[in-house]
Amino acid sequence: MSVQSPISSVNDFVVRFANVNGSGSASANELFARSILRHGVPVSPRNIFPSNIQGLPTWYEVRVTEDGHLGARGGVDMMVAMNPQTWDKDVASIEPGGYLFYDSTKPMPTSKFREDITVIGVPLTAITNSTYTDPRQRQLFKNIIYLGALCALLDLDPKLVEQLIGEQYKGKEKLLSSNVHALHLGRDWALQNLKCPIGLRVKKSDKVGDRIFVEGNSAAALGAVYGGATVCAWYPITPSSSVAEAFTSHCKKYRHDPETGKAKYAIVQGEDELASIGIVIGASWNGARAFTATSGPGISLMTEFIGLSYFAEIPAVIMNIQRAGPSTGMPTRTQQCDVIACAYASHGDTKHVLLFPEDPAEAFEFAAAAFDLAERLQTTIFLMLDLDIGMNHRLCRPLKWDDAKQYDRGKVMTAEMLEEGRDFGRYLDVDGDGIPYRTYPGTHPTKGSYFTRGTSRDRYARYSEEGAVYADNMQRLVRKFETAQDMVPRPLQANAAKPTKYGVLYFGSTSPAMDEAIGILEARGHQLDRMRIRAFPFHSSVASFIADHDFVYVVEQNRDAQLRQLIVNENGIDPVRLVPILHYDGTPITARFIANSIGDHQDHLKVTPLRKAVT
Amino acid sequence: MTYIAKPKFHHPGLKKNELGYTHRDYEGKISTLCAGCGHDSITASIIEACYELSIEPHRVAKISGIGCSSKTPDYFLGNSHGFNSVHGRMPSVLTGANLANRDLIYLGVSGDGDSASIGFGQFAHSIRRAVNMTYIVENNGVYGLTKGQFSATADRGSKSKKGVTNTDNAIDLVAIALQLGATFVARSFSGDKTQLVPLIAAAIRHKGASFIDVISPCIAFNNHAGSTKSFDYVREHNDAVNRLDVLVGRDPISVDYAPGTVQVVEQHDGSRLALRKLDADYDPHDRLGAQTFLQKHAAKGQIVTGLLYVDPDAEDLHTHLDTVETPLNTLDEQALCPGSAVLDKINASLR
Repeated sequence: MSVQSPISSVNDFVVRFANVNGSGSASANELFARSILRHGVPVSPRNIFPSNIQGLPTWYEVRVTEDGHLGARGGVDMMVAMNPQTWDKDVASIEPGGYLFYDSTKPMPTSKFREDITVIGVPLTAITNSTYTDPRQRQLFKNIIYLGALCALLDLDPKLVEQLIGEQYKGKEKLLSSNVHALHLGRDWALQNLKCPIGLRVKKSDKVGDRIFVEGNSAAALGAVYGGATVCAWYPITPSSSVAEAFTSHCKKYRHDPETGKAKYAIVQGEDELASIGIVIGASWNGARAFTATSGPGISLMTEFIGLSYFAEIPAVIMNIQRAGPSTGMPTRTQQCDVIACAYASHGDTKHVLLFPEDPAEAFEFAAAAFDLAERLQTTIFLMLDLDIGMNHRLCRPLKWDDAKQYDRGKVMTAEMLEEGRDFGRYLDVDGDGIPYRTYPGTHPTKGSYFTRGTSRDRYARYSEEGAVYADNMQRLVRKFETAQDMVPRPLQANAAKPTKYGVLYFGSTSPAMDEAIGILEARGHQLDRMRIRAFPFHSSVASFIADHDFVYVVEQNRDAQLRQLIVNENGIDPVRLVPILHYDGTPITARFIANSIGDHQDHLKVTPLRKAVT
Repeated sequence: MTYIAKPKFHHPGLKKNELGYTHRDYEGKISTLCAGCGHDSITASIIEACYELSIEPHRVAKISGIGCSSKTPDYFLGNSHGFNSVHGRMPSVLTGANLANRDLIYLGVSGDGDSASIGFGQFAHSIRRAVNMTYIVENNGVYGLTKGQFSATADRGSKSKKGVTNTDNAIDLVAIALQLGATFVARSFSGDKTQLVPLIAAAIRHKGASFIDVISPCIAFNNHAGSTKSFDYVREHNDAVNRLDVLVGRDPISVDYAPGTVQVVEQHDGSRLALRKLDADYDPHDRLGAQTFLQKHAAKGQIVTGLLYVDPDAEDLHTHLDTVETPLNTLDEQALCPGSAVLDKINASLR
């Protein structure tokens, strides 16, 4: 039997915390991730949590990555096993040569450990109980004590951790000093009793730069504030609730009139998703910028209204924080599984604009842009996030705003224009782009009013069931959708170092794993051009990218290759040319998965010459 | 027939209201409903109420769901924006519209299928939220557009035109509105315009959630013997608790009433409601009393009509949300966007 030597790695490893939901571990774990960032070393943390509030297992994984690979890596180098319930599975998931950190207050039988890992026991409960008497304090400070021990084991600079605690409890001196005390309790014990540091170490670097660390849902909500949203209606649903909650807290800070203190926004928690989208449609019809945030089941409930928005041409912004479906599916697991549901939501012939941000920075930008697009195109715009981007802190470029930017309120006929005698036909295509003018209710005493309905009507909004009139309108809506193609964010292409016959298409949260996979594939000798799709309808460059390659892989996080279906359907592409690479077990896609799947396919493509095979 | 243009000319001597508008300025397209439909009388009452209140027609937003009643906003206030939205979802659309611009008058028109069946939840929640609106249900107990199925307001034991007896209990929207905190609750009958017009006018002038249930017989499917929503039945069982006059501005209170029979209620906006008591015991400021009164009379098969409850000092959703006085839909980048300097600070806090 060969002896497994312990993993030795500086600034490149994965630590996973196994906790019990509701034990207060989340803030300590986040503190751990942030401390490493303060060392100038990028991290990518992920919450892996059940659909539950207290008692069930929950994990927090921190990928420490000097190279800046922000996708999930897979595998665990160090397990901080704080949950007896999941012990066996947690211990089994450690990479050979990895480390197990546990509370050694109660002795464990040797059968509970593995021979090929390093076991590090710290009597956390004993230290905690000898210091604190209050049960809640014992629970909370135990988390900080293990953080302190990790500080010593991974060679973190305690000053940087203290600094973070100081920022967190600014003005709350008592909490500040007690947290710092707990940190040192753990750190000192480890320094005195264990060999520190271990093979996994954090060393100061300068790879974080000016990047920020933020959750996608919060960034999207901030985008709504900057984009001028004044009405938000929502219904609680995981993983989207934190969008509305973040919007509420951003608005409280930035959207109150300085003189009167009154709110320049209205947020309503609806009785369901139907009411939420109804409120959004009503507010947008009346000229306010409005949005809702939801997830799969909510989208299903909203579809009738989405059809109305399409047909009656009313702006709406829907943020869909995707989770695994169908039905209730896996509410706390990530997927990109609502692409088709959103692209074609509702009965009849409908098509909708989708935006696919890759990270919180793009979530911010696209959220703000969604309101311009919704009003310009007078239709529903979907901002397609997912749980992986939405509910995890992600390192991303700083958010930017151009103060010279003015909102594009779209084609709105004003009282002055009506007075001038401009011809107003609510569904009249005056500019050839398929986009008609609208008026806000209450604009003019005698001109510009119209009756909005979901039934067919002519160019002047007069009720009509004439086939030709109906078809005329439906064709204009197609024209409008073509116009949208050049307004939405364009795909981004990056070519391989050497010319290649193969390409890859991907979108949204797959981005960091894809970037990393490209490097792995290159090392294996596979060259791939890549294109990140950022919106639907697809820009013409998507079709030309496919035409330029023999095979194009389409990487996505759903079972049915939904983006691929949409490309085949909308662009008339031969499906054979698009090879699906699908990850859909609810965990975020990894570079290893992509590289292995594409690599295996590429290897099969390599034809061995017959003569060589025979000899 | 909406495709038949209504002639625009009118008698030069047609009376004008305070703003110089004639009755015709409050009309809409020609109704496509059945001749004699109760809903057309409600349409006429809305026109009358808006004319009398001298409302600028374009300052009203009329919003409806789906059904016969929901078609009617096309037949009144032709210079107002209208929105024939989604079945049962008028309340949410109206709520959103109201949030966007608090300065317009919101008239929600719905039916019993729209509000008591598919849209029961939205009806309830818009009332709970105290949206400033006038919510009118044109209640005929039947689905007209799909030809005569029972709705949720059909009384238990009432017979359909095809002879089927309804075995489900009825929903009384007025009772629900009272329970959920509507601050203006009334019931009327489409066949009684003298009662209905002032109720609509008072509801429009009320700040808060106003709800009016108007029994409106369906001439095609629910006007037969055995129906409890027929013209004959409602006339026979109508128990009006009061009669109302709405007084706006300097109009003196009419002196026609016998002393002690008139109760004057001053609403938040200064309008006064002169209530002629028909039932000496009825107090329209007593929410609990109103609920008991309704239940007792319903048990006797009586349809209680009139102004059933009013809270003249009501608040609305905007009060609760503490929104700015300026309509949200007029706020621009200057007012809404925190700008790049703030964003820099936010970025700094995220490092």
